[in-house]
Amino acid sequence: MRLAFVLGEIGSGLRRNLSMLVSVILVTFVSLTFVGAAGLLQMQISQMKGFWYDKVQVAVFLCVDSSSTPSCAAGPVTDTQRENIRSLLGSPTVDPYIAGDPIYESQEEALGHFKDQFANSPIVDSVTAGQLPESFRVNLEDPQKYEVINEIFSSVPGVEVVIDQRELLEQIFSVMNVASLIAIGVAGVMIVCAVLLIATTIRLSAFSRRRETGIMRLVGASKMVIQLPFVLEGVIAAVIGAVLASVTLWAVSHFFIGEWLAQQYPDTAFISATQAVILAPGLILLGVVLAGLSSMLTLRRYLKV
Amino acid sequence: MIRFDNVTKVYDQKSRPALDSVSVEVDRGEFVFLVGASGSGKSTFIRLVLKEDRASRGAVHVAGRNVANISSWRVPKLRRGIGVVFQDFRLLPNKTVFANVAFAMQVIGRSRAIIRETVPEVLRTVGLEGKDHRMPHELSGGEQQRVAIARAVVNKPGILLADEPTGNLDPTTSLGIMKVLDRINQNGTTVVMATHDDDIVDGMRKRVIELSEGVVIRDEAQGIYAGAAGAVQ
Repeated sequence: MRLAFVLGEIGSGLRRNLSMLVSVILVTFVSLTFVGAAGLLQMQISQMKGFWYDKVQVAVFLCVDSSSTPSCAAGPVTDTQRENIRSLLGSPTVDPYIAGDPIYESQEEALGHFKDQFANSPIVDSVTAGQLPESFRVNLEDPQKYEVINEIFSSVPGVEVVIDQRELLEQIFSVMNVASLIAIGVAGVMIVCAVLLIATTIRLSAFSRRRETGIMRLVGASKMVIQLPFVLEGVIAAVIGAVLASVTLWAVSHFFIGEWLAQQYPDTAFISATQAVILAPGLILLGVVLAGLSSMLTLRRYLKV
Repeated sequence: MIRFDNVTKVYDQKSRPALDSVSVEVDRGEFVFLVGASGSGKSTFIRLVLKEDRASRGAVHVAGRNVANISSWRVPKLRRGIGVVFQDFRLLPNKTVFANVAFAMQVIGRSRAIIRETVPEVLRTVGLEGKDHRMPHELSGGEQQRVAIARAVVNKPGILLADEPTGNLDPTTSLGIMKVLDRINQNGTTVVMATHDDDIVDGMRKRVIELSEGVVIRDEAQGIYAGAAGAVQ
């Protein structure tokens, strides 16, 4: 009986306050979408880290005709220089830092990889093997020790440049981190909006029903029976917003990332729609907690029991 | 049933207390008129019984319990034992007579079957049989007050507080309301009625407690409205 009564009260409250509730739904929807987007970005970053960190290497590029660094002043790398570099890689000073054997990539192999990578680009036709440097690819025991390799090899004759591929990735990650920080910032502002809006809505709702609540008080209705309909009103609106946000995130991760981005960049590890599904309960819980807290705090001030 | 021990209530430190060392005892089953000019402390008396306010000093006992010792989450239980009626009826305008009375039972979790059985019974007691499905605006003032009384007593409280229940009604209608209150009192409910209506007080010859500026200046069994102090409305 009491449950039916509370449900009835919620229903009438929702009808009376429809426009405010729609705005609560929309604001929670937008704010939680940003929270979820930040979450998805972080998941994408850690996924890419896991995928790439095993694969990234330090590349020691050797001189070609067009090289302009001082160590390449003598022109393209000679056979002696190449052998010298190879033996340096195997020497006791360098060897402890290297995991496995260094891999040599010739100019022809470099051209092959280049063609694979830029298969759809017209640039492929104008590149020749001679323009691409040969290189030694080295996996590090500890990726942080890149500087050691750089110091030893960058001044060796025949070496054009030593590049840490991880650094390139770090740049991508830092861009993504900034994007997720921005998403968090927008989410934060929107959450403040949502909380204030929920508080205002509940206040209006409590005001428009002060006659009912006054009578409830007088006949001895418990605090829960009086306040629960108001709290649930806010919570229901927030849950609808959170569900909309989850559906949106799922749609983005499924259709945009899963079906479009993943096909554009087949060799990149993208998150899947599963991740959005994992986020959904968290978003809904966040919505419930926010709405519940803000309405309870409001009721403490504006609905005496 | 209600006992005030030296109760003082101060709303604002700068002005005089609303109640000043009031000691009064109302027994079970009594019918008491609370009279006095506006601002004499009648409404404060009622608010203290309901624990809407706390006494600044002294103790208020209701049904044998000091209300100061009732924790806030048990206050609803205290209020279930007290029915209240106001001058302005306070009905829910969008609910029928039946629904208005049933509301008081719904919010404390009574079952639908009990509500269907009890509400018509109470409506008969207050003289509203057959008007279950009217809306409040279709009723006269006297009938609306009867609905309010029905709502106040439907949960069978031991005490009925009435704050100027006839204040908006003409003398004939008021008399009808008094008959209803008297009937409720005869069924064992303690009735405390704050009023300005001298005809009613004089006609009923019940106990009269007169307040003036927060002090009890008269308390007589079978009293009349204007006592020795010559209180004027």
